[in-house]
Amino acid sequence: MDGNLNALTTVFTEFYYWVTVVFMFLIHVGFCMYEVGASRRRNHMHTLMKNVMIIPLVTVTFFFFGWWIYWAFPNAFPGMGGVDFEAGAPYTPWSESMGTNLADRITGVFWAAFLLFSWTAASIVSGSVIERIRSSALWLHAVMIGSVWWIIDAAWGWHYDGWMVKVLGYHDAYASGVIHAIAGGYALGVIMVLGPRLGKFAKDGTPRDIPPHNPWMLTIGIFLIYTGFWGFYAACNVPVISPEVIGGEIVGTTWTATNIYLAPTTLSAITFNFLMSLSGGLMAAYVVSRGDAFWTFSGGLAGIITASAGNDLYHPVQAMLVAAVGVVIVYKLHYWVERKFKLDDAVGAVAVHGYSGVVGLIIAGFMLWGAPSSPFEGYATINPIGQTIGAVIMFGLLGFLPGWVLAKLQAAAGVLRIPEEVELQGLDYAEHHAYEDAKTDIIEADKRRLSAKVTAAE
Amino acid sequence: MSTIGYENWAVDLAEVGPVYPFQGTEFFWVILGVIFWLVWHRIQYVRESAHLEEARHIGDEDKVHDLLDKY
Repeated sequence: MDGNLNALTTVFTEFYYWVTVVFMFLIHVGFCMYEVGASRRRNHMHTLMKNVMIIPLVTVTFFFFGWWIYWAFPNAFPGMGGVDFEAGAPYTPWSESMGTNLADRITGVFWAAFLLFSWTAASIVSGSVIERIRSSALWLHAVMIGSVWWIIDAAWGWHYDGWMVKVLGYHDAYASGVIHAIAGGYALGVIMVLGPRLGKFAKDGTPRDIPPHNPWMLTIGIFLIYTGFWGFYAACNVPVISPEVIGGEIVGTTWTATNIYLAPTTLSAITFNFLMSLSGGLMAAYVVSRGDAFWTFSGGLAGIITASAGNDLYHPVQAMLVAAVGVVIVYKLHYWVERKFKLDDAVGAVAVHGYSGVVGLIIAGFMLWGAPSSPFEGYATINPIGQTIGAVIMFGLLGFLPGWVLAKLQAAAGVLRIPEEVELQGLDYAEHHAYEDAKTDIIEADKRRLSAKVTAAE
Repeated sequence: MSTIGYENWAVDLAEVGPVYPFQGTEFFWVILGVIFWLVWHRIQYVRESAHLEEARHIGDEDKVHDLLDKY
């Protein structure tokens, strides 16, 4: 760190990302609360354990190979140049940068910020499949979406050198597509093979609503997700950087915050737009769902996700209206798909994340038509066709397809879904019975004590 | 053509102000936003009125009125 200004900038950037990581932990806390709140009493421990173990499994695999993929794969697509081993070398798990190193104070916090995005991608899938998937099956999916597929899409469409940015003009500042569309698409692929929970559909095919066992837990869960999402927005920015360091077309000496593509934006802009898109989503969802509490809260999230692709540039009122339009489309699409294809998305994750992400990408293509996707020369500008192709790649090619294929393989091997008998009785009795055993012991002890008292009194 | 007024970032940021799309139409967007907000209140008010009217007739009306008289 030569000079005081460089030292201050580096330490500030290091601390900035560290804070975002702590905030983003709340996303996972929120997902855990939401899933447990939505599941029935007989499945609580299993539901919780399924999501908690995503943390270590995605973390270690993201250290072993996920982070390397991000740096080595920006052009790993036919005709685009292939895997760049040189660019990836500093991010292999045996590299000096991937450890305590006084010459590199950023890699650790930047890695962690992306890792928390990985947890989120895996956790989105986890919600859709509650109460009937085997933990072993879900954890394999978590590693694949969290440390392979989403980070490939990030390399392609969320890296300053990504081929999708260069060729398609793909723009997705706060991850409508690179996290939400892919995770929603992946979840759809899995639930198509997995099938619905017992009793979700009547014999004539009519869908039944399975209400959450604890609405307050869901509420706090989603509010924690909102809070963590704020940290996520900050984490998607570079907090301060000079044009000289960017090395693109920007001239002059004015330092700026940038989005993930190193194109200028401000923390103020995304604060405006986060709150206005949250509000537009809540208001639209309240109306379209006729005041259904859970759809209203989820609509706030869907609103932010829809506007996220362009929230580095939108005007706040545009962010609000984009969010509102997106939520109406997503809500209608969710119920149409449920009725038509008899799919059981237990927490609405395919809709809230997947459909919102797709709609948000396409809208951004129109709203930001012709705007530069990057500060570097020769990149395509943002356009509706590029955004639509990008949405198909995110939701379909890197999301739905890998999820569906792996689930098919697991189903063929008989390791995807729990037995019906276990599903009926509850997973906590089958796998996590320590809690139930302890309850039974205490009840038996109480009975013996009461019975002894009665006998003594006689 | 670019909706944000810049087709590339070959600019000195010291000379750049707003970069949101469709600059100059802010008033139009605000009008749209205000309409959205007011329509939201209207829809919510109408639905709530209908809902409350329906809800007041739920249950044994005579019993409810007897209880109300006691207050």
